[in-house]
Amino acid sequence: MKHTISVLVENHAGVLSRVSGLFARRGFNIDSLAVGVTGDPAVSRITIVADGDEHTAQQIEKQLNKLVDTIKVKVLGADELLARELQMIKVNAAPAQRSEILTICEIMGAKVIDMTPTTMTVEISDSAVQLQRMHDLLEGYGIKEIVRTGTIAIQKGSVTIR
Amino acid sequence: MIRAAQAMVKCLEKEGVKVVFGYPGAAICPFYDEIYASGIHHVLVRHEANAGHAASGYARMTNSPAVCIATSGPGATNLLTAIATAYADSVPLICITGQVSTDQIGCDVFQEVDITGAAEPFVKYSYLVKEASDLPRIMKEAFHLAGTGRKGPVLIDVPVDVQNTMIDFEYPDEIRMRTYKPTVKGNPLQISRIREACINAEKPLICAGGGVFLSDACSELRAFVEKANIPVVSTMMGLSIFPTDHRLYLGMLGSHGVKSANHAVRDCDTLIMIGARVGDRAILSPSFLAENKQIIHIDIDPAEIGKNIPVDIPLVGDCRSILTELAQGDYPENAHSAWIDEVMQSKGIRPKRDDAEGFIDPKAFIRMVSDRLPDNTVCVADVGQNQIWCCNNFAFRSGSRFLTTGGMGTMGYSVPCAVGAKMADPSREVLAVCGDGSFQMQMMELATIVQENIPVKIIVMKNTKLGMVRELQSKGYGDRQIAVDIGTYPDLVMLAQSYGIKAERVSDMSEAEEKIERLVSSDEAFLLECSVYERETTL
Ligand SMILES: Cc1ncc(C[n+]2csc(CCOP(=O)(O)OP(=O)(O)O)c2C)c(N)n1
Repeated sequence: MKHTISVLVENHAGVLSRVSGLFARRGFNIDSLAVGVTGDPAVSRITIVADGDEHTAQQIEKQLNKLVDTIKVKVLGADELLARELQMIKVNAAPAQRSEILTICEIMGAKVIDMTPTTMTVEISDSAVQLQRMHDLLEGYGIKEIVRTGTIAIQKGSVTIR
Repeated sequence: MIRAAQAMVKCLEKEGVKVVFGYPGAAICPFYDEIYASGIHHVLVRHEANAGHAASGYARMTNSPAVCIATSGPGATNLLTAIATAYADSVPLICITGQVSTDQIGCDVFQEVDITGAAEPFVKYSYLVKEASDLPRIMKEAFHLAGTGRKGPVLIDVPVDVQNTMIDFEYPDEIRMRTYKPTVKGNPLQISRIREACINAEKPLICAGGGVFLSDACSELRAFVEKANIPVVSTMMGLSIFPTDHRLYLGMLGSHGVKSANHAVRDCDTLIMIGARVGDRAILSPSFLAENKQIIHIDIDPAEIGKNIPVDIPLVGDCRSILTELAQGDYPENAHSAWIDEVMQSKGIRPKRDDAEGFIDPKAFIRMVSDRLPDNTVCVADVGQNQIWCCNNFAFRSGSRFLTTGGMGTMGYSVPCAVGAKMADPSREVLAVCGDGSFQMQMMELATIVQENIPVKIIVMKNTKLGMVRELQSKGYGDRQIAVDIGTYPDLVMLAQSYGIKAERVSDMSEAEEKIERLVSSDEAFLLECSVYERETTL
C-alpha cells in the first residue's frame, strides 16, 4: 500500500540522510522523496511516498517522530490530499508533428518550454496518474529524456501541518 | 576569548564530568592539551572500543552521561562497536572524536573518515561541528539528549581547526530545542486502566527490563509489585532489579532464561512490560503470546510500543513517575495468591549436571562467588555461556547490580565496563566474568587496570572453546566444530602476572572456596582462571 508522509524537519546539516537512512534501515521502500524549505527558512518539508503495510507505516511514523530533528509527521490519507508532481519530457518533434504535440499539451494542461528543429521540451505538473498518461501520449513520437521531481502533497481544505 | 578546545573542557566541567576515557591522536590534540590543563582525570584505555565500554560502565553506575574520546579515522572507527553497544542498551554516552581540518573534509586526507555518517544508524544524535562558536550549545544539547528520554550515545565530531578557533565562551543555561520533548508523565486515564487490569487479572505477570534502571525506578517498581502482589520476571537487562530470593521474583525469561519465568509468561493472562522492548531473545514469538492475553506496555519510547507485540494498553512515559502513580492505587491484599503459588513451584529447580573431573562446575561456582561477595557487588558479565551462567546463577541481593550487553551481545565488554563501574563507585566490589574467547578481545585492558590501579576482580571461564558457538555447532550442525577451538594458551595466570596483577587458577570444586576467598579478600585487582569442561552446557 502507498503512503504519503509529510515531515517537517529542522533544516540541519545531515537531516535528509537521517530521514532517508531511517527508511532504508526499517525496510520501507521509498517511491519518491521531495524536499524544500517552508515559509520558515529554518524548517524544511519532506514529502515521501512509500510502499508498505499498515504496521510498517505506523512504525515509520513513530521512528520519524523519534528523530531529534523532526518537528511534525503526518501520514496523509489518499482522500484528504492534493498531490502534485512536476515532469519535464524532451520528445522528438519534426515540424510536421509540432501541432499534434501542442494539442496534446493543451488538453493535458502541459506547457512547451523549449524547442529545437527536431525536439520539443514540455512541462507538466499534475498527479502521478496524469504524468503517466502524458508520458504514454508522447511515447509514440520518441521520448529522448524524462525527468520527474517526486510528489509533493498538501491537505485539502483549511487544515495545515505546522 | 578562549580556545574552543578549552571551551569544550569547560563544558564538561559545567556538566560535572570528573573522569573521561579515551585514546589520543593528532586530530584531537588541541582538546587533549586542554584536558592537560584541567582537573578532569583522563583514563588511557588500550583500545578505543574500551573507552566506550568503560564510559558505559561509568554511565550505568552514575545514571548520567559519561564521556569517551577518540581521534579521527581509525580511532573513531574503533569506537564504533562501543557506540552501537551503548545504543542497543540505551546507555547515555558523549562520544567526542577529532576530525581533520574543515578545509580538508571530503578530500580523503590522512585519517579522514565520515564518522557521523558511519555512526548514524546507532547514535541518538550526532554533530559535525563546523562553527566553533556553536560548541557550547552543542555540548549542552548533547548532554541533554544523551541523558533524557530514551537515553543513548551522542557523537560530537570536532575538526582540529575548529578546536583551535578562539571563541567567546558562555555555557547556555537552557536548551532551546523545539523538536525534542520526551513524554515523562504517563496519561492518567491509561494509568487507571492499568491499575484496574492489575486488580481484575487472575494471572498477572510483570516483565521488568533495563528501562527500570535507566529511570532509576527500582524501589518504585518493588513498592508497586509488593502492593499489587504480582509475580515478576526479568529480561537480561533487568537482572538485579529484584533480589533473586524475592518472594515474587521468578528469574530471567527468554531463550536463555529459566523455566519458572518462561512458564509464567506462557500461562499468565495479563502481561505488564515495564521498560522492556520485547527483544527476540526475551520473547521469541510475541504475536503468538498476544493472542490469549492482555498486553500492557509501559515505555519512555513511543516507537517501542507496538513494535514487536500488539498492545492492549499502551502507556508512554518515564517508569519512575508512572510506577509511583501505579503504587498509589488501592489493591486488595494477598491478591493472586493461587497464581503466585502455581508459578513459584518451579522456581530454583536446576537441570542436573554430570561431574567433570579436573574442572569446576561454572554454575555452582558462580553461585558460590556471589554468596561470598558483599550484597552491593556489581557483577559484569561478558557474552557467551559465561554470560548465561551469571544471569541464571549469580544470587542478586538487595543493592547489587548486574551489567552486561543485552542488546548487542558485544564480546569484550566486561573488563572495560568493570573498570568504568569501579571508577564510578570505588566503594563497591566489581567483578567481571568472561570466557577465554572474550577475555582475549579485551586483555589489553589489564594494562589500564594496573596504570590506574583499579582493583576489579576478573573471573575467566576457560573452556578452550568459543563455547556458545561450539554448543550451537554441536546442537544444530551435527557437532561439526569449526573455528571454535581457541586452544589452552595463553596461560592467563602468567599473563596477568606479567602485568603485575595477582592471579590464580582453579580446576576443581574442592579448591573453589579457598580460591574464591583469595579473590574476594584481595584489595588489589585479581584474576581467577577457571578450568571449565569444553562441553559444559549453557543451561
Ligand atoms: C564481538 C563479537 N564477535 C562474535 C560474537 C559471536 N559470539 C557469541 S558467543 C561467542 C563465543 C564466546 O566465547 P567465550 O568468550 O570463550 O565464552 P563462552 O561461550 O565459552 O563462555 C561468540 C564468538 C559476539 N557475540 N561478539
